[in-house]
Amino acid sequence: MKIIACQGLPYRELNREVRRLVAAGEDRLWLRGVNGQRYIAAGLTGRVQLRIEGTAGNNLGAMMDGPAVYVDGNVQDGAGNTMSGGEIVVRGSAGDIAGYAMRGGRIFIQGDAGWRVGIHMKSREEQAVLVIGGKAGDFLGEYMAGGTIVVLGLYQTLPREAEAANPLAGNYLASGMHGGVIYLRGRIPAWQIRGQVQTSLTIPEESPRLQTWIEQFADRMGLDCSALRRETFTCLTPQGARPYAHLYDHSA
Amino acid sequence: CAVAGFLSKAGKRVSGRTIAEMMTVMHDRSNGLGAGYAVYGLYPEYRQAYAFHLILADGRTWAEVEKILRQNFKICEQQEIPVRRTGRYKKAPLLWCYFCEPLRLDREKDSDELLLATVMGINRLAPRASVMSCGQDLGVFKGVGYPEEIAEFYRLDQYRGYSWIGHGRFPTNTPGWWGGAHPFSIGEIAVVHNGELSSYGTNKSVLENYGYELSLRTDTEVMAYAIHYLRRQNLSWSMVAKVLAPPHWAEVERMTALERELYTVLRRTYGGLLMNGPFSIIVGFPGGLMALNDRLKLRSLVAGVSGADLYVASEEAAIRQVCPRPEEVWPLPAGEALICRAGEASACHVA
Repeated sequence: MKIIACQGLPYRELNREVRRLVAAGEDRLWLRGVNGQRYIAAGLTGRVQLRIEGTAGNNLGAMMDGPAVYVDGNVQDGAGNTMSGGEIVVRGSAGDIAGYAMRGGRIFIQGDAGWRVGIHMKSREEQAVLVIGGKAGDFLGEYMAGGTIVVLGLYQTLPREAEAANPLAGNYLASGMHGGVIYLRGRIPAWQIRGQVQTSLTIPEESPRLQTWIEQFADRMGLDCSALRRETFTCLTPQGARPYAHLYDHSA
Repeated sequence: CAVAGFLSKAGKRVSGRTIAEMMTVMHDRSNGLGAGYAVYGLYPEYRQAYAFHLILADGRTWAEVEKILRQNFKICEQQEIPVRRTGRYKKAPLLWCYFCEPLRLDREKDSDELLLATVMGINRLAPRASVMSCGQDLGVFKGVGYPEEIAEFYRLDQYRGYSWIGHGRFPTNTPGWWGGAHPFSIGEIAVVHNGELSSYGTNKSVLENYGYELSLRTDTEVMAYAIHYLRRQNLSWSMVAKVLAPPHWAEVERMTALERELYTVLRRTYGGLLMNGPFSIIVGFPGGLMALNDRLKLRSLVAGVSGADLYVASEEAAIRQVCPRPEEVWPLPAGEALICRAGEASACHVA
């Protein structure tokens, strides 16, 4: 295990050092004193493990394919931007556009995530998966084309009234979604989502894939999530293969 | 761009080193074409005086500006703003400070109008002259450069204030020049802004009806004037925020009848001051700060608290640079203002 002291280190130097060590065959790196440095592990491939202490800067793990990144802290905007494979575990919260256009790999966020999370997610051979322990802001899964988003809401109380907003996501939830699936704990009133998206209710016990993602999340965080087994989740999927085929078709 | 703000709710005056450090860690968000700072609680010994901070191209402009100033104000004291003219700043413009009193003191209501007429008169000479700030007990220091360069140039560590805002510019649509750097300040408010205001044209034509002239060739100018105008209309800070970033009509429809009426009337009255486009702003005012995102949250803004200190910045890293273990750090939601005042024992509230 190699330790890099990152305090005050400009991001270019930091990332050059990471790439140099990985090229030299180092398979475990420990980045200490990180504060806002951008592009950590961006474009990195291979089986290397990175442990980050501090607040990781924008675009952590962007376009990476393979590494396992563990962040003991929060991540700023754009974590896992367009990533293809590997895993990002965040023990704190994530900023805006986490998992933006990711096409493979997994992101686990213990706390909350920001706005526009998981927009335009896709899937290649391996499914892209994004699990959020807390809640997300507006535009969750906008234009989603593949992969899975799970929102657990471990720290939120869900409202009892049927028409009250589900607090685990904001406005424009899944708008423009045409692939993939979103599991959100609790029920979602009709007004919170647009047409072209259909909802169904499930519980993890009866949904093996959802159960798998929750177990993996619990494992990475060292948490006991067994209480979620019988909790109601809303499952959002697009209506049909081409839900927007007639969106701009006014001839009828 | 990068924005940052600091407020000591206890009213403790701190040096400019803190805000400069916050800005420096966000270096890569700027491109060296503009930076600046505003500080409140700067001139406690001249608290009653209007402190005009001016950017002047040459001696001739200086004389012209002084003439404009003397039409409405008595100059009590004046000085060159002390700077370090080294490196790229050997040819920096003349930076001058006047402490003034309004000539017609009997009409209290008129001081705002005197100030407005004077500032517009001076800014009409732009780019030869522009007003950085003109308020009481506050000052703006800005220019072309990176935030750390501007902090060094103006010797920011020599000043103290209970509240600071800072900006690092990355101009995309308008020129990077001394008067175009942030903060933009008029009267008692100062604003730093990250983003772009696509409603500039509409906002400008509305503001021109109220005596504002847009001379500084940068979209943020409308934000400063809109806030100044709305405050002169006696709107609370919460209401100012709801004019700049109003709720969407779909949200208004789900509100209670009373709220629906309020937001409909606000929109009907001040719709021309709605700010469209991506923005995050931090506004300084005497005794407090307001931070606000556009209603779709197209720019980032993070807040943190530690004891009586409030921090706001484009990036969490800026907060942790000066306060490694804040009690709480949170992102500001879309269109919901964070309004915080010094001397308030309670925690900052979200409007």
